[in-house]
Amino acid sequence: MFDPEEIRSHFPIFKRFEKEGIIYLDNAATTQKPSEVIEAIVSYYENSNSNVHRGVYRIGEEATDLYNKSRENIASFIGGKPEGTIFVRNATEGLNLAASSLSRMIGKDGEIIVSRMEHHSNIVPWQIASQNTGIRLKMMESNVESNLKWEDVEKYLTDRTKIVSITHASNILGTINDLNEMGKNLHDRGIIFIVDAAQSVPHMPVNVSDLDCDLMAFSGHKMLGPSGIGVLYGKPELLEEMPPYMGGGEMIKEVFEDHFTPADIPEKFEAGTPNIEGAIGLSAAVDFLKKLGMENVRAHEKDLISYTLRREEELNIPALRSYGPRNPEIRGGIYTFNIKKDSKDGKPFGNEVHPHDISHMADRIEGVELRSGHHCAMPQTVSLGVYATARASYYIYNTREDVDHLFNAIEKIGRRMIR
Amino acid sequence: MSEDIIYSAIIDEHYEEPRNFGKIENPDENIMETNPTCGDTIAMYLKLGDGKIKDIKYVANGCLISVASASILSERVKGKDVDYVLNMNKKDILSYLGLELGPAREKCALLSYDALIKMLKNYKEENSGK
Repeated sequence: MFDPEEIRSHFPIFKRFEKEGIIYLDNAATTQKPSEVIEAIVSYYENSNSNVHRGVYRIGEEATDLYNKSRENIASFIGGKPEGTIFVRNATEGLNLAASSLSRMIGKDGEIIVSRMEHHSNIVPWQIASQNTGIRLKMMESNVESNLKWEDVEKYLTDRTKIVSITHASNILGTINDLNEMGKNLHDRGIIFIVDAAQSVPHMPVNVSDLDCDLMAFSGHKMLGPSGIGVLYGKPELLEEMPPYMGGGEMIKEVFEDHFTPADIPEKFEAGTPNIEGAIGLSAAVDFLKKLGMENVRAHEKDLISYTLRREEELNIPALRSYGPRNPEIRGGIYTFNIKKDSKDGKPFGNEVHPHDISHMADRIEGVELRSGHHCAMPQTVSLGVYATARASYYIYNTREDVDHLFNAIEKIGRRMIR
Repeated sequence: MSEDIIYSAIIDEHYEEPRNFGKIENPDENIMETNPTCGDTIAMYLKLGDGKIKDIKYVANGCLISVASASILSERVKGKDVDYVLNMNKKDILSYLGLELGPAREKCALLSYDALIKMLKNYKEENSGK
């Protein structure tokens, strides 16, 4: 049985707040860490610390073995191959790697398409690539109430389109896009398919061969792992073709005075000493999630968002405006909202209680930790007709009671701010 | 946790009825400042002469703290010597608000101050040869 209370007992941070209480609802930004993950990192430093791939002494081999086994474990978690599993700092670095390398491979006549619901990490690297190589960037429209499907993508494709890079799940609307058939349809046209899975791999079963994506990026810290570790998964055939991203140690076979030969994948894309404890910590996080079962994680979050949307309708708070699909089948555990005010002529403020004030007050009034701002998705935020929103995002340790506290906070803030 | 520790009556009052709110036509200095974390913006306008801030107005779009702090700041500096205002520091500004703020909210409180100081420094540079 999926028991959030039992799950909470694994997280030292919640013990710290046992008396005063804390309702942590900023999981789309980063999640808390269970003691299993913390202990795996500590144990590595206490028992096996050394550099990887080089030392032929005992702990050198042990560290290399732990690092490689972590890679295998994480690869199998997403149904991929170890050689296609590149360790990077986070999804952002994975997408920067993809944009830098692929734009050089494709050249200036190519065209890349992203959607308007992307996080900045799947927009700005392509803008930089466009400045550097002349590759053209196009942004698809997306609907706030529904998800992206093949038909939405298809109409943007041209003969020049070489890459489509879209998010699996929106970090602001919670939208889960329909990527079925996307890979097959794009491949039929010779187009590379990239998935930003930062908000999907932590929350639902994701399998790279079912998705049939060419590249997929996600972050460890959003799925119980430490910060500074993430994955760019790639089909080995593509990764072998792609030029290296960063140069240095680990990523080479041989270096001569005027040239080098790159290492085989995945090391080809892992310049410098890697984040060894990060890989080990992420592997421990994957073990924790595997024990829970990703189907169960998704079912739990679906229950929380369904309950949220139902309570929103029942309470019918006049000033409350939320965004995103109403159908829980295509909605992750993310609830983004504003509290509207009556617009008074000549007043300095916009028509919303400022989301920074919402999140400041929700914490002080009800102990609810929310995120406020544009959530690193300015094009999407602006398209909602606001300059910022407040966001609650759920994870395995959240409960329906947490959702009740969220609405208590919203009601109190509404009473306090709207007079 | 209680509801009354959130902000203060003075902040509320300045937010509801901000002083010196609006635009100055043909200002001597003007600026647009943005807080990138939350997108708060302030456009500020100055009339300057005889080394003094003769008039100050602003159009702010932001949270309670950023709007109220612009209002309080404008009252404090209107009619004052430019040099006097340049000698005020961030601590002074925060003390006018009478709130204990974390580093993220300090940025909201200091948005208008940062805008004002940039304009005054620019004014001093432009007029240093005269």
